[in-house]
Amino acid sequence: MRGGRLRDALVLAALALYAAPFFWQALTSVRPDAELLPLASLLPGRLTAVHYEVVLAKSLMPRALLNSLGVALISTALAVGLGALAGYALVRLPVPGRGPILLAMIAATAFPQIATVSPLYLLMRTLGLRDTWLALILANASFALPLVIWLLGGFIREIPRALEEAAATDGADRIATLYWVILPLVAPGAASAALLAFLFSWNEFLFAYSFTATEASRTVPVALALFPGVFEVPWGDIAAASLLASLPPVLIVVGFQRYLVRGLLAGALRE
Amino acid sequence: MASPRCDTSSRRSAADVADRRLGWLLLAPALLLLGGLTVYPAIWVIWLSLQYRVPVFGIARWAGAAHYAFLTVDSRFWNAAGVTALFTVASVALESILGLAMALALRGQQRGRRVAVALLLLAWALPSVVTAKMFEWLYHPSGGLVNFLLGGRAVNWLGDPALALPSLVLADVWRTTPFVALLCYARLLTIPAELYEAAEVDGAAGVQAFARITWPLVRPILLVALLFRTLDALRAFDIMFVLTGGGPAGSTETLTVYAYRALFQTLQIGFGSAIGVVVFVLVMLVAWAYLRLINRQEAAA
Repeated sequence: MRGGRLRDALVLAALALYAAPFFWQALTSVRPDAELLPLASLLPGRLTAVHYEVVLAKSLMPRALLNSLGVALISTALAVGLGALAGYALVRLPVPGRGPILLAMIAATAFPQIATVSPLYLLMRTLGLRDTWLALILANASFALPLVIWLLGGFIREIPRALEEAAATDGADRIATLYWVILPLVAPGAASAALLAFLFSWNEFLFAYSFTATEASRTVPVALALFPGVFEVPWGDIAAASLLASLPPVLIVVGFQRYLVRGLLAGALRE
Repeated sequence: MASPRCDTSSRRSAADVADRRLGWLLLAPALLLLGGLTVYPAIWVIWLSLQYRVPVFGIARWAGAAHYAFLTVDSRFWNAAGVTALFTVASVALESILGLAMALALRGQQRGRRVAVALLLLAWALPSVVTAKMFEWLYHPSGGLVNFLLGGRAVNWLGDPALALPSLVLADVWRTTPFVALLCYARLLTIPAELYEAAEVDGAAGVQAFARITWPLVRPILLVALLFRTLDALRAFDIMFVLTGGGPAGSTETLTVYAYRALFQTLQIGFGSAIGVVVFVLVMLVAWAYLRLINRQEAAA
C-alpha cells in the first residue's frame, strides 16, 4: 500500500514537471523585468503585478478577451444548436441519403483550414464582413459543426427508442418529444460537444488572423501573436497576457474535466 | 410501437412523409452553413488555384495548371514539403511513444487521478499561440530556462537552422502528446485485470504480459490516435508561424506557412490556393490510407 502511495506521488510529480512550461510562464508573469534578462536564478527575488497592470490597462488584451469570449460563446451556441437538430435528424428520422451525409461529415472534420482560408477571406470581403465578429462566428461554427453533429448524433443514438415511443403514445409529436425527452437526456453530451467547440473557437488562430484587421474583432490569440514591443520584447507582459489567454482552457480542464474527456474520447472513436 | 398494427398503409406513409420532411427541416440550417462555408470554399479553392489572382495589381486571369507546373520545379515548395514530412513523422513518432508511456504510468494511479488528468490535459487545451509564446521564451538565448538549466549556455535554439526544427518538434510534442496518452489510458482502463492474472499463472509478467495482452489491445486505439495526430501535424500552422515564422532560412517553413505567406503576404491568391489544395489532397490521401489500415486490422481481429 505504501509503495502504491509513493508510486502515485511520483507519477503526479512527473506530470507536474511535464506541465512545467506553463508554470514557468506563470512565474515569468510575476517576475520583475530586471530579473528576466539575463536569467540569473530560478526563483525571483521579489514578485510584481506590474505586467498584469500593463496588459490590463495599456494593451489591447481586454478588448481581445471580450472579442474572444463573445465569438467563442456565440459560435459554440450556433454549432451546438444546429448540431443537435441535425444530429437528431440523421440518427432518428428517415432522411434519404443520410449515409453519404454522415460520411461527408467525417471527411469535413479532416479539412485543412489553410485550404479554405483564401475563398473564405474573399467571401467575407464580398459580404462586407471583414473585421467583424460575425465573420469569425460563421467560420468557427461551420468548422466545429461536423464534429458536433457527429458527437451529438452518437449520444442521441444511445438514448433508448422506447422512451420516444412512450412519449408518442402519450400523444407527443416529434418536436415535443425532441424538446421534452431527447434534449434533457442528451444535455451532458451536448456539454461535451460545447466544450470542444468552445475550445476550438477560443484557440483558433488562422481564420482570426486573416479576417480581422483592428481591435474591433481581434481575438486573444491574434492579439498575443501581435503583442507589441517598442524596443525590446516585453517578455513579462507577454507571459501575463498568455496567462489571461489560458484562463478558460485551464478552467475547463480543471472544472469540466469529465465532460471534456467524454467528448474527446467519443470524438476520436468515430468509426 | 404500442399503437395498433391495423394502421392503414396510407396513414402510415403519411407519417413517414411528415418525418422525412421534418428531417430535412432539422438538417437544413446545418447543411446550409456547411454548404456555404465548408463545401463551397473547398470547391472554390480549386477554381482559385487555376488562376492568376493578385488583387493589388488588379490581375485576375486564367492560369490553368501553371501554378501546379511551377510547384514541381519550385525549390521552396520542395523544401516546405520536406519540412512538413519531417515535422509530421518526427512529432507523431515521439508523441506515440511518449503518449503510450504516459498512459502506462497513469494506469495504476489510485489517488489524485483528477489532478493527474488535469496536469496532462493542460498542455493540450492551451491555445497553440500561447504554447508558441511559452516555448519562444523557454528557448530564449539569455533569458530562457532551457539554457539556464544547461548551465548558462547561450544556444540560439530558434535561430540556428540545425536546431530550429527539432526545437519546434519538441514544442509540438509537448502540446499534443496528452491527446495520445488520454486515448491509450482510456483503453488501458477497460482491460480486465483477470487477463493479467491469467497470464501470470501462465508465467507471463512484465514485458511478456505487455507483449501478449496490453499491446494487441492498445494497438488499434493507438492507430486511431496516430491518424488524428498525423492529420493535425500535416495541417499545423499556428505553432510554427508564431514560434519561428518558418525561419531561420526556411528551415521550419511548412507547406501551410508557405501557403499563408503566398496568400496574405505576397498576395498571390491563385498560387497560395494551389499550395492549399496540395495540403488538402495530402491530408485526404493520408486519411484514406489510415482508414484502410484500420479497417484491415479490424477485419483481421
